[in-house]
Amino acid sequence: MSYFQPEIECASRETMRALQSERLRKIVRHAYDNVPFYRESMGKKGLTPDDIQSVDDLPKLPFVSKDDLREAYPYGLLAVPRSQVVRIQSTSGTTGKRVVGFYTQEDIDHWDECCARAIVAAGGSKEDVVHVSYGYGLFTGGPGLNGGSHKLGSMTLPMSSGNSDRQIQFMCDLGSTILCCTPSYAAYLAETIISGGMRDKIALKAGIFGAEAWSEEMRRDIEAKLGIKAYDIYGLTELSGPGVSFECSEQTGMHVNEDCYITEIIDPKTGEVLPEGSKGELVFTAIAKYGFPMIRYRTRDISVLRRQPCSCGRTFLKIGRLMGRTDDMLIIRGVNVFPSQIETVLLQEGCSPNYQIIVGRVNHTDTFEIKVELTPEMVADTVKEIEKRENDLVEAMRSMLGISPKITLVAHRSIARSEGKAVRVIDNRKI
Amino acid sequence: MTIDQLTVFVENGPGRLLEITETLSKAGIDLRALSIADTAEFGIARIITSDHQRAVSLLREAGFAVSTTKVLAIGLDDEPGALVKVLRILADESINIEYLYAFITRQKRQAYVVFRVENNDAASAALAKHGVTVVGVADIDGA
Repeated sequence: MSYFQPEIECASRETMRALQSERLRKIVRHAYDNVPFYRESMGKKGLTPDDIQSVDDLPKLPFVSKDDLREAYPYGLLAVPRSQVVRIQSTSGTTGKRVVGFYTQEDIDHWDECCARAIVAAGGSKEDVVHVSYGYGLFTGGPGLNGGSHKLGSMTLPMSSGNSDRQIQFMCDLGSTILCCTPSYAAYLAETIISGGMRDKIALKAGIFGAEAWSEEMRRDIEAKLGIKAYDIYGLTELSGPGVSFECSEQTGMHVNEDCYITEIIDPKTGEVLPEGSKGELVFTAIAKYGFPMIRYRTRDISVLRRQPCSCGRTFLKIGRLMGRTDDMLIIRGVNVFPSQIETVLLQEGCSPNYQIIVGRVNHTDTFEIKVELTPEMVADTVKEIEKRENDLVEAMRSMLGISPKITLVAHRSIARSEGKAVRVIDNRKI
Repeated sequence: MTIDQLTVFVENGPGRLLEITETLSKAGIDLRALSIADTAEFGIARIITSDHQRAVSLLREAGFAVSTTKVLAIGLDDEPGALVKVLRILADESINIEYLYAFITRQKRQAYVVFRVENNDAASAALAKHGVTVVGVADIDGA
């Protein structure tokens, strides 16, 4: 069994708790002293940093929601002088309401370490060629795995997403051994490799696939097609990015990097902390992130926590496969999409806010269609004008969301309504 | 002189056109001309009726997205080469035709051609210069 940092990954429960408590005390003090938002929210509960002495005190602290982060845009939650920030990453989001994360060099180092552990857990080492096909840019996928691979000392191929022919060419020519991308892109590449008769020319042995939900069936399919082991990885921009948790050889849930994140599971309705083993909303506290402290961040992701000995030897607790969301966020081709973003674009483009999002999955790739009702003002008598309207909408959506939907204009008042309220989202994916 | 054309967006699917024509026929509105542009996903019905304003409000009430487009119509002798002459005039004057549709009448041995162009005034003037006059909806009505 090999580990990137065995002293942390296999630490005893007591050692880890002590480290978590120490880091929690420090981060709470840092957030309180430097961010008015935290000072006010703790103040409302009558708390000062002295009230937080160990992990056991965590439930006293207030939660942070995605709305809080949006309200704080752009610099509201920055906790260090700007001169100490070395990187910014961001989620896609409604204009002016994106979530922006700030990283100090130390934050990046921790993030890279978390991703390096994930690569080692997937069987990686300095000898590997790590092929990163997550998008690079504001999206954390590419920079996260790139940083991890770099930290590990593997040969890093910063492919970014798209241009599948070139991806496969490099894979063959340079002998890529570990592929990092979304599971749907991995499935797409697998199909392309097989149909192009390239299966014998690739040297892949493992894949690290995250940023979207995928089923066990999909995992087995990708593994069989590419002849690899496929590992899940989890993370959010709010908490640095990928590498909050990762799968090991056992493939029975994702180990949380507990030296960097304290995990809680709560009842999404009451906010009450639930015992390990219960199904509920994941809440994370980043205890090794100073640029943009995140204390008790409600992810809206539903899962289960389990702490039991793992055959890989790691002592980190595990989160199970994600079981859904408590809000209306959709993850389409690895990108977070809120129906409100779509509504914003439609209104900006002078369209009716009557729409329907239809998500499906064909050959493991998400399909994304938006049906938009035509208003009388939008009815043109030539096909080219209506098609131009569709193309303009696709472009505006791509610009807002980062992915392109198929736009279908439909007749006035034709979208099904139930009890007067239109059905906004139809998700036909079986995950 | 222009003619008011109804433009109705029609999703592809059985019975959609039927709903439109039924709405009009129940109200006793005659169809003078009808043309459909189709794509893989939708169609655009272009209709000239005996009572444009009433047709618009009836279709709107029935829930259709309807707009009005001003088009030109001309009458032609129903004989070979009649349309060629008109198209040559428009081509020579650099007037682009977005679409057209034609229909013949039994009584007058005449054909009518409905044109959609970018600039109706310029097209009318070009045609008039060469002795072709545009007609009104009443002329088609009398067909």
